[in-house]
Amino acid sequence: MQLVCPAGSLPALKAALRQGADAIYVGFRDDTNARHFAGLNLDEKQLQNGIELIRQQGRQLYVAVNTSAQPDGWARWQRAVDHAAEIGVDALIAADPGVLAYASRRHPNLNLHLSVQGSATNAAALSFYQQRYGIRRAVLPRVLSLAQVKQVAAKSPVPIEVFAFGSLCIMAEGRCHLSSYLTGESPNLCGVCSPAKAVRWEQDAAGLSSRLNGVLIDRYSEGEAAGYPTLCKGRFMVNGQRFHALEEPTSLNTLDLIPELAAIGVSAVKIEGRQRSPAYVEQVTRVWREALDAYRRAPAGFAVQNHWRQALAGLSEGSQTTLGAYHRSWQ
Amino acid sequence: MQLSLGPVLFYWDRNTLMDFYAQMATQPLDVIYLGETVCSKRRALSLDDWLGLAREMREASGAEIVLSGLALVEAASELSSLKRLCENGEIRVEANDMAAVHFLAERDRPFVAGPALNLYNGHALAELATCGMDRWVPPVECSGALIRSALNQLEELGLQRPQLEVFAYGHLPLAYSARCFTARAENRPKDDCEFCCLNYPEGIALHSQEGEALFTLNGIQTLSASVSNLLADYDQLAASGADILRLSPRAQGMDEVIAAFDAVRKGGLPPLAVDGCNGYWHGRPGMLRAEEAGLC
Repeated sequence: MQLVCPAGSLPALKAALRQGADAIYVGFRDDTNARHFAGLNLDEKQLQNGIELIRQQGRQLYVAVNTSAQPDGWARWQRAVDHAAEIGVDALIAADPGVLAYASRRHPNLNLHLSVQGSATNAAALSFYQQRYGIRRAVLPRVLSLAQVKQVAAKSPVPIEVFAFGSLCIMAEGRCHLSSYLTGESPNLCGVCSPAKAVRWEQDAAGLSSRLNGVLIDRYSEGEAAGYPTLCKGRFMVNGQRFHALEEPTSLNTLDLIPELAAIGVSAVKIEGRQRSPAYVEQVTRVWREALDAYRRAPAGFAVQNHWRQALAGLSEGSQTTLGAYHRSWQ
Repeated sequence: MQLSLGPVLFYWDRNTLMDFYAQMATQPLDVIYLGETVCSKRRALSLDDWLGLAREMREASGAEIVLSGLALVEAASELSSLKRLCENGEIRVEANDMAAVHFLAERDRPFVAGPALNLYNGHALAELATCGMDRWVPPVECSGALIRSALNQLEELGLQRPQLEVFAYGHLPLAYSARCFTARAENRPKDDCEFCCLNYPEGIALHSQEGEALFTLNGIQTLSASVSNLLADYDQLAASGADILRLSPRAQGMDEVIAAFDAVRKGGLPPLAVDGCNGYWHGRPGMLRAEEAGLC
């Protein structure tokens, strides 16, 4: 299984390379990619520098142009696709049927991967994208149980990539308007969820509060760890109870599933986190490289090492990890 | 302007559904969407029951009947029932997942592209138009300006506009998840949910800790807490080329909602303001009303 790692900056890209990523995915510095955060992503010079390093080491570069194009900004998405083709990326990761159509017609040799934002959770949807746009790989949304991943992979016309580690989207990717409902900024169109500019922290006698566009997402008592107010991970009131009604602050971690994912025939595992620090990328890549190598050397004797688990827990939201939807009981 | 009744998003039992549709058959509706779009475990009506109801409703109401497909299709069993629905050969289908688009395009069946498909620009619409889409219900987060631009872009590509149907009334369907939030709220595992959605004919309200109504939990679907209402925006909807306004079923008072929209489309003056939100249509956070957003 190939290890696909995120880079939101040149230092992160270098860290991923150093620790043995097989492929690194990046986005351009605009709303054409789903991690359009202030100060994030590589500028032209950094990208050139990164490509040279990746080429020298014989690894792969993927570029995500994976938001839906806004009609008035279509030229931006077109340019992003053309630019990815010009610099010779190993794959373009896209979701919008319009963008995929443009890429497949204009650049027939460009290797296309269906983004998780394409929200394809079954073999028929994958066939749609394969037959029309010739996608050569698809990233599955984090909503399928392991048994469902197996079923989809068995009937998929293309190799499958799955998320292995990182922030957990509780909703099917590409099928969530919660952020735009509160803030007006849509993950699908603007590439940002719970945008930083809408976040406000308030400290008062009642404790620390996090708000998103004025809406209270959570309130923390003295000494309680506070997390970024991603709105699906807030504490809300339902039927008179205060709890994480949608999801706790937690990260997906599937080290335990490596043998199953390999048996299913998953071709690549993806680390989430282009918005995270180079140190995060460095450590997560190191652990996953070690784990995948250990599995390759001795599949039958594979066991998750404690120090891997500890290293990843320290990098997770709320220091918690979960198997997420892969494990049916989570659903 | 035509009026449509969207699919029932909540889980109502068989009798409630039958009573509701008997009442709806007498309403001034041009299009009625039937079928289960949220959860495949909801089986108050089977596919054959829905087809039977579709035939009855066609006779009784004179409206065009459309069967809506599931939005989040994961299990193999869900995919095969979606395939059966798409291959019914008789009743038009609303696709809410690309799997449905795939099945319908294979069979050359014209279809409605539902609000759960991510179609945001003319190029994406062109792709679906070549697959047989002849009506577009934009994602609920689209503004009027985006919808107009997307349709203009499609025309610049030399393609004919599909009919435009705008989600004009009801709790907004905002998100789909693998997790069932209704079961979670009742501390039940999803696989042993005991159909607890039946206890909540209009979902479960989710409030912030300050008591602000934010969302509505409806099984694996999250809806807005506020009811979106675009009646006061009627003139702009008409000017934007909307052919159909979708009214999404609620547990109570749909006849009054339909009457209010019907009066306006027959020439009555739209109200200056209504309860509920309309932020998305105005390019603002969906939860707002245009007045709050400082637009009026």
